[in-house]
Amino acid sequence: MASLARLELSEEELDLFTGQLAQVLDHAADVASLDLDGVAPTAHAMAVTNVLRPDEPRPCLDRDEVLAQAPSVEDYRFRVPRLLGEAP
Amino acid sequence: MNKPSALELAAAVRAGQRSAVEVVEEHLDAIEAGDGAIHAFNLITADEARQQALSVDRMVAEGRDPGLLAGVPVALKDNLCTRGIPTTCSSRILEGWRPPYDATVVTRLRAAGAVMVGKTNMDEFAMGSSTETSATGATRNPHDVSRVPGGSSGGSAAAVAAGFVPLALGSDTGGSIRQPAALCGVVGMKPTYGTVSRYGLIAFASSLDQIGPFATTVADAALLFDVIGGHDPADSTSLMRPTPRVLSVLGDGVEGLRVGVLDEYMDGADPDVVARVRQAEAALVAAGATIEEVSVPEVRLGLSAYYLIAPGEASSNLARYDGVRYGLRVDAEDTAGMNLRTRSAGFGPEVKRRIMLGTYVLSAGYMDAYYNQALRVRTRIIEGFDRAYRRFDILLGPTTPTTAFPLGEKTGDPLTMYLSDVCTIPTNLAGHPAISVPFGDGDGGLPVGVQLLGPALSEGTLMMAAAVVEAAAPPSPPVLAPVSEPEGLR
Repeated sequence: MASLARLELSEEELDLFTGQLAQVLDHAADVASLDLDGVAPTAHAMAVTNVLRPDEPRPCLDRDEVLAQAPSVEDYRFRVPRLLGEAP
Repeated sequence: MNKPSALELAAAVRAGQRSAVEVVEEHLDAIEAGDGAIHAFNLITADEARQQALSVDRMVAEGRDPGLLAGVPVALKDNLCTRGIPTTCSSRILEGWRPPYDATVVTRLRAAGAVMVGKTNMDEFAMGSSTETSATGATRNPHDVSRVPGGSSGGSAAAVAAGFVPLALGSDTGGSIRQPAALCGVVGMKPTYGTVSRYGLIAFASSLDQIGPFATTVADAALLFDVIGGHDPADSTSLMRPTPRVLSVLGDGVEGLRVGVLDEYMDGADPDVVARVRQAEAALVAAGATIEEVSVPEVRLGLSAYYLIAPGEASSNLARYDGVRYGLRVDAEDTAGMNLRTRSAGFGPEVKRRIMLGTYVLSAGYMDAYYNQALRVRTRIIEGFDRAYRRFDILLGPTTPTTAFPLGEKTGDPLTMYLSDVCTIPTNLAGHPAISVPFGDGDGGLPVGVQLLGPALSEGTLMMAAAVVEAAAPPSPPVLAPVSEPEGLR
């Protein structure tokens, strides 16, 4: 689960979190065990759908200001370490 | 507290009786003298505040109206983006980040002549109920510095309670405005989902997050809500409907208002808290409201549903902190390793726990049993409230089951910490508004908050009733004179 979440946990963290998360999931058993067949799920309480605006050009965020916040930049692009090459 | 209200300050500044510069200097002095003991602020933006105050004074001198909040000092929770000013969410992963844009609420505050004095401490990424998960250290409750201010907007609540600012903004995902407001003895309101723009609010759980006001009086909270509310095209979940204007209806009274006292919230609360809610109930009756007990059994499932839904949304929202575009980067040979190291070094334990939990409940094989099931429970909770609101205009109960607890008491046991939000969470799941009004003290002289809940867009009614409760409230317990080094604390 930690690798799915892109987190590297120490042994101590793993031990601690495993117990604590089990406790939270135990508490959630009341929800998991309910018979709610036929009840529609609510993802958003105040339903707002398909918000559109005219497709007109507008100024966006200032490029230099945005790039100034990046850890590493090259030629107006975000620079990252090697992406491919070795098996993950 | 004999400090002038925001309404009084704005009126004096607009009339040219007080200068905004003088007002802001007074408040900056109070922060400097007292915040060493409280740690309400992550950052004090004194220079920017002085500039804003100067421009307000200039407008007054030129005969132009600076706006409803002319010269009023306001504190911002540190998850609200401020252009060029560090915004950290009290997390190492955003240390030093300067947003390239302002949140819509910040733009609206500026347009109304408010003077923003700083960014307030919070639980890391708003995940917590005590402000103890902050990477910058805990905020202390101004009523007793050995106790928590609540959370996650603990810095904003404490800043208002300590008299550092008359107004502050927070965000409420599961109670993060109302719970600290109750524990610090100030007014805190969570508006209807979609009435206040979330543009520039750093996302925790997008279907639940909502920005709202902290103030010392109901009228000041109404004033701030009137300034920040209303449709914003930059937030696709912003309601197209007009937002209720609340300040103008405050004095309308509660004659004939039908109030339901929520059994489920009363049942789990401490006797000293229940006693105060009963007193507030009597005040509403005396003012002409009718009172009856009501049961909404579905709200008992709120906590469980919330701790499946909110972490699910959070695990997805926080995937953006990957060390590529902003914030912390811990280098590694390849990008995948860099992502991993950055996130592991940048997030604190509570955020990691919730990301893990969220990743789990959204993962293949568990999503239907946990996340989707929680969304069905959410439907049930909304139906439960709807049933109650056919018989009642508003509901009444405690904001929190207990008064402020000691620092460190619950940090080792996440589930116990989560339980302190049991009376606030169902409102977020339903998208409804609710307000916490300070109502005297409980055992040990600590503040008690009374909560008023209403259906979507009932802010006007809630504020009217809150004003009646406020007028009948016993005196608030005193705020301790700030000392520079609290005893027994580092």
